[in-house]
Amino acid sequence: MTALAPAARDRSARGVSAHNAARRRSGRRRTLIWIAEHALACGLAVAFLGPVVFILLTSVMTDQQSLTSNLWPAHWQWSNYTAVFSKAPTGTWIKNTVVYAGLVTMCTLVSSVPVAYALARFRFRARNGVFLAVIMMMMLPPQVLVIPMYIMWARLHLTGTIWPLVIPCAFGDAFSIFLLRQFLLTIPEDYLNAARIDGCSEVRVLLRVVLPMMRPAIVAVGLFAFFNAWNDYYGPLIYTGEKPEHWTLAVGLASFKSAHAVQWNLTMAATVIAMAPVIIVFFFAQKAFIEGVTLTGVKG
Amino acid sequence: MGTLSLATRTARRPPGPDPQTSPAVRAKRRRTRVRILLFLSPWIVGFTVFLAYPLVMTLWLSFTNSDMISSPHFVGLRNYRYMFSDDPQIWQAVRNTGWLMAVMVPAQVLFALGVAMVTARLKAGAGLFRTLFYLPALAPPVAATVAFVCLFNPSSGPVNKILGLLGVHGPLWFDSPVWSKPALTMLTLWGSGTMMVIFLAALLDVPAELYEAAELDGTNPLQRFRYVTLPTISPVVLFATVTAVIAALQYFTQAMVASQTADGSIQAPPGYPGGSTLTFSQQLYTAGFTQFHMGYACALAVVLFIVAMVFTVALLRRASGFNTEEATQ
Repeated sequence: MTALAPAARDRSARGVSAHNAARRRSGRRRTLIWIAEHALACGLAVAFLGPVVFILLTSVMTDQQSLTSNLWPAHWQWSNYTAVFSKAPTGTWIKNTVVYAGLVTMCTLVSSVPVAYALARFRFRARNGVFLAVIMMMMLPPQVLVIPMYIMWARLHLTGTIWPLVIPCAFGDAFSIFLLRQFLLTIPEDYLNAARIDGCSEVRVLLRVVLPMMRPAIVAVGLFAFFNAWNDYYGPLIYTGEKPEHWTLAVGLASFKSAHAVQWNLTMAATVIAMAPVIIVFFFAQKAFIEGVTLTGVKG
Repeated sequence: MGTLSLATRTARRPPGPDPQTSPAVRAKRRRTRVRILLFLSPWIVGFTVFLAYPLVMTLWLSFTNSDMISSPHFVGLRNYRYMFSDDPQIWQAVRNTGWLMAVMVPAQVLFALGVAMVTARLKAGAGLFRTLFYLPALAPPVAATVAFVCLFNPSSGPVNKILGLLGVHGPLWFDSPVWSKPALTMLTLWGSGTMMVIFLAALLDVPAELYEAAELDGTNPLQRFRYVTLPTISPVVLFATVTAVIAALQYFTQAMVASQTADGSIQAPPGYPGGSTLTFSQQLYTAGFTQFHMGYACALAVVLFIVAMVFTVALLRRASGFNTEEATQ
């Protein structure tokens, strides 16, 4: 062993150093790839966030400066945010939008949960047909039905109010049914059977066992319903009519630049006001949002 | 007491249908049926009143001269004839909507897939980057559109300023018939976070063993994408693409708000500048709600319905995920 040692040690040493060099090379290559990937991600982050920063900066510029291409406000004019409320009925628009989105959320949840539960948990012959119809409703452009619906609501003297947008939500919203069903399928049947064996009726199973387990999905559906209503432009444009005091924030903002502001600064301040609630809530309920979005996609 | 005696009797002669138990079984079945109907009842009403009824009415009104004032009269195919041969703007609207489906949708899918692939490979801060990339998707469409018109403003917007620093003379964007649709496409890319999150989840679901096996077989990254990643995520990509195509089909808000904001007037002609952003949905809206040609608007709606259904049925045929068998527990 001692006789063999020097040569062997020499050979193995050379082997190790060559191996180390290779590892260093591949390590360096990996570091470069790591840097490239993260640099690309940072670049994308700047592109995605740039517009938001620009809106914020423009919203506190003076009238004159918002007409120039300067990016940094020379004088931070926070009074733009109060001017948004005094120059246009922005407060009323916000109030209308909160009422509209709140009612839509409530109606959507109450009506969609039982339907989703039936689709996910009961066996009946028409189930596949009902589920296909739900998907069709989800995919159907609202423009296809808008004319007869408008005529119907006009006959009921409800045009010019938000009711034509709220009432249909009380009868099941296709997207919410779909999302809730996808979530319900992930709850093991054993939990429900255990409750049934304990003598719970189907309604009690839904209320006492399923609803608490569904909390993340209900939060996601509620948030989506609220912010879809908050963001909606087409519906309120058609139904809230000509009077600005009936408008929602989306309709008001769309006409803001042409009706209330010559300069960009006030328009951008109004834009910030429309975006802020969504972004603030998102930071608190990020998980629910991302899980909800994922749930709609993975079953494709 | 009654049920008890029933139970003992059935226990004595288990095989074969028992005429004595069938009323009880039938009662239970009836209870089950009533329960199912009760749970489904909101949807049944909604389906009838807010889908089936207006759908039939749309079809009927498309054969009439309905205008909201006088009662509608049957006019046969006149609305459809007008659409295909006389409406001066419809072909421009069809071309623009076709452009959105053929250029904007593929751009969005490729961009979202690219961003998702970058995010999936990140080792540090993947969660943070995912949040940042998703965030713009939440911006209300009206607010995002107003912001982009300001951002791409030829004289004061930062986009042309940056292009100017690079020595490029920026176009008029939302004021140019050539550049208005590409500018709207940028807006769509900015807000494609939803699609990106869906793709990211699908990419992270691809089993790592598949990549390891492919790597041992000596494949290059491109081949691994082509033969491992793509087949696994393709159902998700298909679903997202069809959803985006249908969204493009009803593209309305961004086009309308961009026209109004860039032109600086609520009375901006639809499709400003030069009809370049006039979409099919906008044409339907104008026909129905500014000209009150409800019958003609319904004919446009029927065409929209047929095209949307063709894409939906194509999706349902291809996508195995919609197979309702999985609901059977």
